[in-house]
Amino acid sequence: MITRPTPAWIRRLLVFATGLIAVLMLGAPAAQGYHPGPPATAPSALVSSSLPAGEVVTQEFSDRISGVLRNADGPLPDVTISVSGNGFDGETTSAANGSWSVGVPEQGAYEVTLDVDTLPEGAALAEGQANPRTVTFAGTSNVTTLFLFGEGIVTNTTSFWDTLAERALAGLSFGLLLALSAVGLSLIFGTTGLTNFAHGEMVTFGAVVAFGFAALGLPIFVAIPLAVVAGALLGWVQDAGLWKPLRRRGTGLVPMMIVSIGLALALRYIIQFNFGGATQQLPGAQSARLDFGPVSISQNNLNSLVVSLVVILLVGFLLLRTRIGKATRAVSDNPALAAASGIDVDRVIRIVWMVGGALAALGGILWAYYRPGVSFNMGQQILLLIFAGVVLGGLGTVFGALIGSIIVGLFVEISTIWLEADLKYVGALLIMILVLLFRPQGILGRRERVG
Amino acid sequence: MDFGNILALAFGEMISPTTAAYALAALGLAVHFGYSGLLNFGQAGFMAVGAYGYAISTLTFDAPLPVAVLVALIASVLFALILGIPTLRLRADYLAIVTIAAAEIVRYIVTTNGLTDVTGSANGLANFENGFFALNPLAPGSYTVGPISMNERDLWIRIVGWTIVILACLTVWLLMRSPWGRVLKGIREDENAVRALGKNVYAYKMQALVIGGLLGSLAGMIFTLPRGAVQPANYATELTFFLYTCLLLGGMATVLGPVIGAMIFWVVLSLTQGLLYGAIEIGAITFLSNVQAGQLRYILVGVALMLLMVFRPQGVLGNKKELAFA
Repeated sequence: MITRPTPAWIRRLLVFATGLIAVLMLGAPAAQGYHPGPPATAPSALVSSSLPAGEVVTQEFSDRISGVLRNADGPLPDVTISVSGNGFDGETTSAANGSWSVGVPEQGAYEVTLDVDTLPEGAALAEGQANPRTVTFAGTSNVTTLFLFGEGIVTNTTSFWDTLAERALAGLSFGLLLALSAVGLSLIFGTTGLTNFAHGEMVTFGAVVAFGFAALGLPIFVAIPLAVVAGALLGWVQDAGLWKPLRRRGTGLVPMMIVSIGLALALRYIIQFNFGGATQQLPGAQSARLDFGPVSISQNNLNSLVVSLVVILLVGFLLLRTRIGKATRAVSDNPALAAASGIDVDRVIRIVWMVGGALAALGGILWAYYRPGVSFNMGQQILLLIFAGVVLGGLGTVFGALIGSIIVGLFVEISTIWLEADLKYVGALLIMILVLLFRPQGILGRRERVG
Repeated sequence: MDFGNILALAFGEMISPTTAAYALAALGLAVHFGYSGLLNFGQAGFMAVGAYGYAISTLTFDAPLPVAVLVALIASVLFALILGIPTLRLRADYLAIVTIAAAEIVRYIVTTNGLTDVTGSANGLANFENGFFALNPLAPGSYTVGPISMNERDLWIRIVGWTIVILACLTVWLLMRSPWGRVLKGIREDENAVRALGKNVYAYKMQALVIGGLLGSLAGMIFTLPRGAVQPANYATELTFFLYTCLLLGGMATVLGPVIGAMIFWVVLSLTQGLLYGAIEIGAITFLSNVQAGQLRYILVGVALMLLMVFRPQGVLGNKKELAFA
């Protein structure tokens, strides 16, 4: 590796840095006006603050016990919860969004009791939920305790197959939105060999910019295309300012991967710097559920499914049927040979980065509707699932990424039938590791590319 | 703005148990990445296994301190074996993805509500450190170390933490100048050449993974003991990335590099925090809130990682010829 910083290189880096910051500062001006919300997990403090958005905080004491009451039908308001211990007695009722919080004078062990009589009709605590229960502070000023609710008196009439069909439909929607990001990641890997750990931040960027434009007063169907264009711009800036100079210097793939980690950290905190740690909602985040015979899906998920399907088919068509698509596949196959046959490799890679950025931005917006909510670390949350999709299909193959992502999406959603919801990503990651064990080249990967 | 205080805080950060834990975990990464060329992005997972192994065996099974430490170490060896069997044959980038996924799986499992009785879910576990502090031979009181003073518990954890760091450095140094270490470096340079010499590359890689993982699990215990609490949010992927920053700062194929890297990392973080907060306090900076100043420091960490990797990949102490990716 040659370390000879040329003026041109430094100039590029400066352009890149200023461009990056300018884009981001422009991108989220509206978020500035919002309340920063709970300070996000700053690694120095290393304290988990799992405050749900919109929580009512009683500022009487600095230490508090809190939680959110929800069951399958939604939040449970007006439920009485009492806290006692250390010579203190407190009582509160849950707010309209189901959240509750009791300030306590000192850290220690407290007994938390949920008044079952105040639960709304049809709601009951799930089996095995301790009530009253003892809650102990663990060095932090906030401790959350969750009461889980079962189906209660309402008898569950949905059959297993209906649940399966419904989960599968949601999983398809989720898988296709993952595929948007995964196809971009896979294209970038195919043409440049880079495993881009900053892809999650490109996902976040799209959602944050869409939120910024929407908060400026633009209608959402204008804000979304603008955010996708901004995503393409981010891809272009990244390639022109960072990756192209690094390729010129002949930087190896592993150093580039670590550079992408640095970029991911920098971008994530730049976004948090501008956007704050809170979760915000895009316009229209709540949508009606539509019934199609046995299955129902929310309007947003259906839209997301259709949009991602159309966009992916479009990308597939472009790759298979156009000159630039053919050139892209040629570069993926063998960059040197492609260059020798007169293909402008740098141009192809630039376009791939822009397409990748645009797809990631769109994926981020759809992810914001799926979760729902926009937050600075939303892209990081699905980065590994995107990787899983890409690896399952075979690194560098676009249709593999599509199929792999759909499998991941289906698996994540369907596994919630048996697994607890907070373990749903584990299954997908395990599947990825198992596939690598038995078929390292992925489902559609080429045989010679053995991991 | 009190510069004396800011400098004293920075010194305190340099010898803090967190810095010792970072140094130890980064040393583990040096064994993995610097010496063997294994791109392990799951060091946070090893630290979590160590911390939870210790806390769970203390709290759930009432194990005495030596047993709890042993359980934590055995758990990390098992984790290394489970991780190593499928992944060590893979290419570097696949290995990175799989190890980061495995670390996240560990974090998801200790966070899940279904295991709240054992792992404490998102709130984590607390009150497991008494056995460790019961061994403290120091009399209660205030001790002065350089410009800062601390109580006997703080001094005890620092003594233990840094003693372990020194012993680990010695061990790694001896290992790496042994024939075993030379084979490892050979694998990093050219795996096939070493295989042609009749060495079992897979076994060597596995041993390196286990040793680095043991260091990570020790680091997890040192990290969690002074806090008296272990929480899953502390063991996210960012921890691994910070460890890589420390490693690259110091020099990846050196023994002292990770230690010095961890010290520089925390001193710089502490200094920038002190200066930024001080400047905000006296009104020299008005466009930042304290929260944003905290985030600004981590933007700088990311940028520093990129610049280091591009301009000085060998770090402060390293030798350019000894890079895992020449």
